[in-house]
Amino acid sequence: MSLMQELGQRALDRGVPLSVQLDVTYRCNERCIHCYLDHDDHGEMTTAEIRDLLDELAEAGVFFLTLSGGEVFMRMDFFDIVEYARSLMFCVKIKTNAFMIREKEAERLRDLMVQDVQVSIYSHRPEVHDAITLLPGSLKRSVAGIRLLRSHGVKVVVANVLMMQNLGDHAGVKELAEKLGAEYTIDPTITPMMDGNRSVLRLGLGVPQLQDVFRSSDLVGDVDEFCAPPPGVNDDMLRELPCSAGHTACYISPYGDLFPCVQFPLPSGNVRQQKFMDIWQHSDQLNEVRSISLRDLPVCSGCDHVGTCSRCPGLAYLEGNMRGPSTQDCEKSFARTSIPSANMHLKKAYPAPRGLVQIAAARTA
Amino acid sequence: MSSIFIARATQVAARSLDGEMMIMSARDSTLFTLNPVGTVIWQSADGKTPLAEIVERKVCAEFEVDPAEAMKDAEGFVNDLASHGILVVSGDPIAPPRAAPGEAR
Repeated sequence: MSLMQELGQRALDRGVPLSVQLDVTYRCNERCIHCYLDHDDHGEMTTAEIRDLLDELAEAGVFFLTLSGGEVFMRMDFFDIVEYARSLMFCVKIKTNAFMIREKEAERLRDLMVQDVQVSIYSHRPEVHDAITLLPGSLKRSVAGIRLLRSHGVKVVVANVLMMQNLGDHAGVKELAEKLGAEYTIDPTITPMMDGNRSVLRLGLGVPQLQDVFRSSDLVGDVDEFCAPPPGVNDDMLRELPCSAGHTACYISPYGDLFPCVQFPLPSGNVRQQKFMDIWQHSDQLNEVRSISLRDLPVCSGCDHVGTCSRCPGLAYLEGNMRGPSTQDCEKSFARTSIPSANMHLKKAYPAPRGLVQIAAARTA
Repeated sequence: MSSIFIARATQVAARSLDGEMMIMSARDSTLFTLNPVGTVIWQSADGKTPLAEIVERKVCAEFEVDPAEAMKDAEGFVNDLASHGILVVSGDPIAPPRAAPGEAR
């Protein structure tokens, strides 16, 4: 067990919220076609409210604080927030499109010793990236922002969300990240709107595209290992928790609403009306989330993939049932292994197996 | 013998988890955890209290250890942390660092 896993387990055993993502605004200068947010300001927390909240989070034991949006630099007081968070010794990570990062901002982020800055880059080609952000010139500015951050020694992570529009460009983005001295991560997940609107999912990759991504050794490493059939299900697996959402992590919106995770918009309280710790310890919603282990999932507990699936309880919730399957993750498990999930069997929603698929399936029989 | 003064470095993230400090260096993202004795020393590293006084008043008072042995271990400990950039060690008092979590600001 790594030191990080050990700390995670200790936090879980003691009910400590080790990680919080705080979105400081939903306003944004980009209008990404796949974004799950409404960009109007419905009454963001003030600087003073956020400072009070940060005091509470530090007191509660939060160590990892991710500041995100929206675009964080749309807030004029963003550096006041970061400075205060660092004075409380949070490990601060920032998600931004870097469009507004110039010399002064890069210097300030270096001086504040933020852990890393994550920047979304969709393509190395401006015509593709800018067509996703709907902001002309955005790739050029984002890359310039990354260069400035790197020149000041700030660690940058390039996050590459994959969708149909940029499917062929991940190699180019990875190469760009390497040239910039940034880390690279890829995510083929498109999240439904927070209000449950699922129309953006049409942009997401289908199974054939996911199969291609999952068979790229540049992206997944050892393809045979990544795409291996799932091991047999056992009791230990079924005792596992679905993920850290609500257990050692949570998400807080610019309006003070607390959810188990940014991708799990189950309203669990509001920090403007209640103390953070009161919500964290006593929210019925969080306690319900915490009560669920894999054996409590009516469909997934009987699925071959239960021990290795990336099932997101938030995506399941957005599909109508937090104990149900997340179809997007069923598709990923199928794309990896060519073995349909229990949910896909129920819905008879999987393509006919192709070629080696039958061999892989037979090995688990 | 000259005094040793210690101060928490500013380029770290730190939090107490179940009475033990977890500290991450912003310099290289290395994560450290301190045992209860190390945690007491780190939390007392205000830049103005000599290490010998911290050992005598905090470490020896809270943990049943031999003072000479405790001081020797403490010196090794603070030099080790200093080499990782998470503690500042000086022969003179050090300008006050930011308050540790839970301390009055």
